[in-house]
Amino acid sequence: MKIAVTIYEGPYNHEASDSAYNFIVAALAKGHEIRGIFFYHDGVYNVTKLMEPPQDDRHIANRWSELGAKGIDIVVCIAAAKRRGIVDSVLVPNVRISGLGQLTMMAIEAERMVIFGD
Amino acid sequence: MAEDIKKIMFTVRKGPHGTIYVYEGLEVKLIMAAYDADISVVFIDDGVYALKAGQNTKELGIKGFEATYGVLVDYEISKVFVDKKSLEDRGLTQDDLVVIGEDEETEEEIRPKVVDADEIAAMMAEQHNILCF
Repeated sequence: MKIAVTIYEGPYNHEASDSAYNFIVAALAKGHEIRGIFFYHDGVYNVTKLMEPPQDDRHIANRWSELGAKGIDIVVCIAAAKRRGIVDSVLVPNVRISGLGQLTMMAIEAERMVIFGD
Repeated sequence: MAEDIKKIMFTVRKGPHGTIYVYEGLEVKLIMAAYDADISVVFIDDGVYALKAGQNTKELGIKGFEATYGVLVDYEISKVFVDKKSLEDRGLTQDDLVVIGEDEETEEEIRPKVVDADEIAAMMAEQHNILCF
């Protein structure tokens, strides 16, 4: 199945990011296609390279970047990002900033849109 | 190609203030309406408060977005529904809700349409995707 994933919450503060990551890894393992990952609301904080979590903790931004390196389209909403001070220069590799049109295309093209957040 | 146009529904279940979900969710609707998609919006639970007319956000120190609901029809978002029970539970009626536009021909004011849970369920079953805010 072709699945798109949207994440509304910031990292560490909320389980949404971890749940979405685990969901995606499991879906890929089952042979599903991830049409794209879209970060909205505080979700835009998930992919800043400025984060530096303790070394014995998971590095959430790097984890997303590694998924992006596999060719999954990871998009940060520009409107939500600008509001929160997230710009191109602070993003981890393999992630891009774009508009809500990208979310629209994911909602249209994916067979399921799965949303993580409150 | 009309049969290829995907039905996408938005659900709004949170109150309009206190968090940004409903406001940023409105921004998504306005953008998505510009694309080839069959958009509908349904307000449920505290989401119905977002539609209450006469909100004043000045004391909250935020811009507020009630005025934007007034032009939903202009954005070609005319399938706007509100859950009957959620309204009733909060002591509201359709008359308390914002006008989202006017009928092109009759110039009659259009308000969100009140529907019950069965009607919402039937609409949901027809959707290609549902986005919640």
